[in-house]
Amino acid sequence: MQNQCSASSVDSTQIAAIAARYKNESDQLMRILFDVQKIASNAIPRDVAAVVSGVTGIPEANIYSFITFYAMFSTKPRGKYVVRMCKSAPCHVVGAAEVAAAIGDFLGIAPGQTTSDGLFTLEFCECIGLCDTSPAIMVNDSVYTDLTPQSAVDLMQAYQRGGVK
Amino acid sequence: MQETRIVLRNVGKYNPASVGEFRALGGYSGLQKALSLDPAAIIEEVKASGLRGRGGAAFPTGTKWSFVYGTAADQKYIVCNADEGEPATNKDRVIMAGDPHSLIEGMAIAGYAVGASEGYIYLRFEYPYIMPVLESAINDARNAGFLGKHIFGSDFSFDIKVVSGGGAYVCGEETALLESIEGKRGEPRYKPPYPGVSGLYGKPTVINNVETLVNVPVIINNGAAWYRSFGVEDCSGTKVFTLSGNLVNRGVYEFPKGVNLRDLIFEVGGGCPNGRKLLGVQTGGGSGSIINGDMLDISMDVESCEAAGATFGAGDIMVFDDSNDVLEIVENLMEFFAHESCGKCTPCREGNYRLLQLIRKIRKGSGTMADLDTLQELSETMMDCSLCGLGQASPTPVVSTLKNFRNVYLEAIERGRN
Repeated sequence: MQNQCSASSVDSTQIAAIAARYKNESDQLMRILFDVQKIASNAIPRDVAAVVSGVTGIPEANIYSFITFYAMFSTKPRGKYVVRMCKSAPCHVVGAAEVAAAIGDFLGIAPGQTTSDGLFTLEFCECIGLCDTSPAIMVNDSVYTDLTPQSAVDLMQAYQRGGVK
Repeated sequence: MQETRIVLRNVGKYNPASVGEFRALGGYSGLQKALSLDPAAIIEEVKASGLRGRGGAAFPTGTKWSFVYGTAADQKYIVCNADEGEPATNKDRVIMAGDPHSLIEGMAIAGYAVGASEGYIYLRFEYPYIMPVLESAINDARNAGFLGKHIFGSDFSFDIKVVSGGGAYVCGEETALLESIEGKRGEPRYKPPYPGVSGLYGKPTVINNVETLVNVPVIINNGAAWYRSFGVEDCSGTKVFTLSGNLVNRGVYEFPKGVNLRDLIFEVGGGCPNGRKLLGVQTGGGSGSIINGDMLDISMDVESCEAAGATFGAGDIMVFDDSNDVLEIVENLMEFFAHESCGKCTPCREGNYRLLQLIRKIRKGSGTMADLDTLQELSETMMDCSLCGLGQASPTPVVSTLKNFRNVYLEAIERGRN
């Protein structure tokens, strides 16, 4: 198991391959790290960062500095589905707090936490640019708009059943 | 009210996955015409059109291009700012999803005008579903000969890469955006030098908003005089407005500049739903002025907005009804800025946090009259001393509500005394 990143149980050769695709292209660091994050439990823990660093030559400290600046990265493993609930003003004035509370109650977790089955991580996020169809949330790369507390819970149930791609 | 669709001219009229359909609508004819003109003449035409940046700063586009044109360099860049992060703005999303080719065409014309062969679109993380639309449109344009080497058989070569943001509002600031493309933390640079002289990788760089660039092909095709026939004297053309909040008809609508704000809210937006009354409007996005219901007769152009105490910004109109608490909205906005401040400069890093603390204190009923003076003084300090537009603009919701909703603050303080 020497190719295994211990903290992340991800094959380090896969990570190295992603990093190698854009080696020496500094404008692709964001893409490398997003692609890596997708296969590494929605996070870039230190052992994963070390693999990227080894391939690209970018010091681990710089990668840490980078991922802790941008809100969409995490250094701690997250669930299979990262649920980002917008709390900015255009969502706020049309009931985003009620939607967020319904999701939190249904999943039994607070923002920042992950469900015990490892399926969902709940996060608050800032404006996601769906202001004319708010309240809105993102689940990984998918967006859902005009939510009510009930439709948001229905959506979480659909994800639990695996009925959403 | 009938929309005037210049920027949105093609949205909904072709399949973004079909460059052929775009071409049949006259697409890339602006680029074709531009390539027969002298680059300096293109810049003069854009200057004459009065086109100004649509991302919020309203800087004259032709003037910006002339800086890059006039700076000699072995490499120059065109960067499209598609980091549409201002709360209450989603018009660039609609433009890119529906008409990616007009953006590509506008960027290529800009490239030819200033002598740049490479372009970047910096797309915010929150629009991952737009990424494949842009990338496949770029591929299609390249395969059809509208990007790449020797475009339309000329000596001009130009290509575009799309890069993703990482969920940082500050990257909408142009130099922070450049840092981010370069694979660094998105912290704003000290200016000068400005990007027109030293931008991406230290090279002269044009940075324009999506909507700004989409105006360019029709200006080249129809001329500056035609463009100036829309809008008002110092603010030509149209604006794509985002209507959000407590409105019946939320959405993205395009009108000539100078349209009346009250008409936008009530005739286009349909007023507040559920029989509620309008309490206030935030104009110009999360960092814009919050105005009250007595201030709505405003001509929506940059100078008139400023004179009336409103903000034009990127054309954002966020309405809130009387079920809302103004101070709660201000607290929400200051939470946003405290979170999104990058921390590089002290006035913004500390100031936003202290503004948030004071607003919370007043909401709780522990505020004093002296706190109102502190809010004002701290806001002015941030506006004067912050490094970039984030900290210069973020106190606007505070200072505008101190003025336009002063009674709300006074009542909260009074409530605490009793």
